[in-house]
Amino acid sequence: MKIALVGEPNTGKTSLFNLLTGSDQFVGNWPGVTVEQKRGYYQKNKEIELIDLPGIYSLSPYTAEEKVAQNYIIDEKPDLLLNIIDGSNLERNLYLTLQFIDLNLPMTIAVNMLDTMKKEGVQLDNHRLSNLLGVPVTNINAVNGKGIDHLMICAQKTAKEEQVPNRLEYDSRLEAAIQEVITLLQKEEVEHSRYYRWYALKLLERDETVKDRLELSNATQKEIDDIIKMLEMLFKDDIVSIIINERYACVEKIVKQCVYQTEKGTIWSERLDRLVTNRFLALPIFALVIWFVYFLSIQTIGTMGTDWLNDVVFEEWIPNGLDHLFQQWSVSPWLQSLVIDGIVAGVGSVLGFLPQLVMLFLCLAFLEDCGYMARIAYILDYFFRKIGLSGKSFIPMLISTGCGVPGIMSCRTIENEKERQMTIALTTFMPCSAKLAIIGLVAGAFFPNNSFVAPLTYFICFGVIILSGLLLKKTKYFQKDRSVFLMELPVYHWPTFKNLWRQTWHNSSAFVKKAGTIIFLCSMILWFTSNFNFMGQMVPEEDSILAIIGKAIAFIFAPLGFGDWKATVAVFVGLSAKENVVNTLGVLYHQTVNTDNGQELWTILRQVYTPLAGFSFLLFNLICAPCFAAIGAMKRELGSMRLAIHVILFQCGLAYVISFIVYQLGSVFLTGEWTLWSWIAIALCLVLIYLIIRKERKEQAVWEISL
Amino acid sequence: MNLTDVALNQKVYIEDILGTPKVKRRLLDMGLTKNTEVKVLGHAPFGDPLKISVRGYTLSMRKEEATKIKVREKQ
Repeated sequence: MKIALVGEPNTGKTSLFNLLTGSDQFVGNWPGVTVEQKRGYYQKNKEIELIDLPGIYSLSPYTAEEKVAQNYIIDEKPDLLLNIIDGSNLERNLYLTLQFIDLNLPMTIAVNMLDTMKKEGVQLDNHRLSNLLGVPVTNINAVNGKGIDHLMICAQKTAKEEQVPNRLEYDSRLEAAIQEVITLLQKEEVEHSRYYRWYALKLLERDETVKDRLELSNATQKEIDDIIKMLEMLFKDDIVSIIINERYACVEKIVKQCVYQTEKGTIWSERLDRLVTNRFLALPIFALVIWFVYFLSIQTIGTMGTDWLNDVVFEEWIPNGLDHLFQQWSVSPWLQSLVIDGIVAGVGSVLGFLPQLVMLFLCLAFLEDCGYMARIAYILDYFFRKIGLSGKSFIPMLISTGCGVPGIMSCRTIENEKERQMTIALTTFMPCSAKLAIIGLVAGAFFPNNSFVAPLTYFICFGVIILSGLLLKKTKYFQKDRSVFLMELPVYHWPTFKNLWRQTWHNSSAFVKKAGTIIFLCSMILWFTSNFNFMGQMVPEEDSILAIIGKAIAFIFAPLGFGDWKATVAVFVGLSAKENVVNTLGVLYHQTVNTDNGQELWTILRQVYTPLAGFSFLLFNLICAPCFAAIGAMKRELGSMRLAIHVILFQCGLAYVISFIVYQLGSVFLTGEWTLWSWIAIALCLVLIYLIIRKERKEQAVWEISL
Repeated sequence: MNLTDVALNQKVYIEDILGTPKVKRRLLDMGLTKNTEVKVLGHAPFGDPLKISVRGYTLSMRKEEATKIKVREKQ
């Protein structure tokens, strides 16, 4: 038996799903879209398969979530829709329920949020509602599990008896039109007569997905168009409004018959919200909350764990343990080098972040579950919208100052697809903790007396994000599907530790898996190419495959000021992990690098490169493609290799152009000599400025329809 | 009169919604149908977005969308 959980966001749907399935669940993606798919089996009866459909407000054809839900229901025809509704938000929840009822599948309604209903003085007559809709209605508590066994008994009974809901009557003129369309469908011998009423309503709404699915003849399509025109004339309104108005009118009738309003209690959620989103206090409170999250995960608890992992586990325990083993087994030196310098160092450099991330994920899960995340988006939307992002883009950027991989993963909370993709593309411009090593090296080597260089790089990174946002916002790709920012501010509630932990566990294990696979592989490849030549002989780094390739392509970086093979190799090694740029330069210049005291390397670098070239090198490394782990995360979250490649090309291109402009115009400024390169730099500058200030194209179909 | 012209916490009723089919559909789906009572509850720090109360819940939207919602004072 297949049961689909349906309902709006913030109704406790996921909590219910977790309670029903326990730990026995599979999390993946719906094919073709980055909408999370969760499946599992009912703990008390493994024959019942449960599927958690995305939380939606309507079955309109506009968002990926809505399409996924609608297509799943029609294609898979689950045995039952388990509809969970927020009792304190009845009108809107019943509006969605009515759409499910038109699908004509067995349904059971679970009413959640009884405590909020009580506070708001709302009493719902379940029996009456059940009679009106022809659907069993039971109360549950998705936090402590009360009422869930009873719910599942009702659900199984309804599914077995194939008891479908009552057909609700809309306005008689609309009903007549629906009937006419159904007759047309019968004539066309469309499959699944069960869905005829649903198809009719969707065809009247001019829903493209249903139109494509049914492949009606032109004559039928024309007749439907005529029916729509008639209706629009009769109601003096457009068809979509007619249907939605009718549904809400029906909802209002139902609510009038089943809901009693008693005295309201004090609702602390409203009071808290007045304080938290207050025009003057909102930003200070927000800053305080973020500081506290940062304090917990980066400054105290998380860092203690990270330091311990880095300094003790990956520096001593594992290498020493392995050394011991290798000696016992007398493993050849190259294999030892592969495992210790290649794999352990590579994977360890990323896994070291884990404790900080677990703490960060825990804090963020709390903010999301209690309802504050929606307020963050509300408060910050004004700034982020200016550069084509949304208020929710703040969180990924905050996380990316630690590590880009979880930063990219946290973009999932952004509903609008284009805003999510743009945030994924821009978030790795934030200087992550690995890039700090490069900043430290360049600032130390070339600008030892200028303390402003390190903070300056942060501002440059913010600048690059703003610039890219303005630039991308005006491209054709991001122009389509402009976002409508309509966000519910849910009632605050206290999250349960179980749900927080589940979310944290899910995010952290995804991160470990990434580190364990992609980085493992890349570390091995890098180790191999930097230790062997094309003949397969083990050679010093300057004769390795990597060095040979570096020498061949170093000329590309000449206009940026660092066109020698050593810097080129360092840039490429940076793809495995950004802090490796520093180590590699150290190795190639035969200097041991000590991060606290890299004086010798600094002196040599000063002799080889000008400060301007050093700065250009820093810029390029900060802006160009992130490390492989982040690229992998990007590919997964963008849902397509093609998009990921586009993003990486954009990032590398931008890095090249910016470093080029800075180096060439900087040279003119310092030496006063104009060359061909400087003119190219000026041309590039003008192109960038044009791309940023050009007029936005307007959306093509701006029909203003009125009610 | 549209939603941006309304004083805080003043009850108004929806008269009409303008905008592209998609925007309109979204607003209607969220329950902003004709004659529905709405109230502007407040503004974010820079005056945009704003939050409104409709059908017993709180919804936030940008000024851009709010200007497309025509309202009147009497039912």
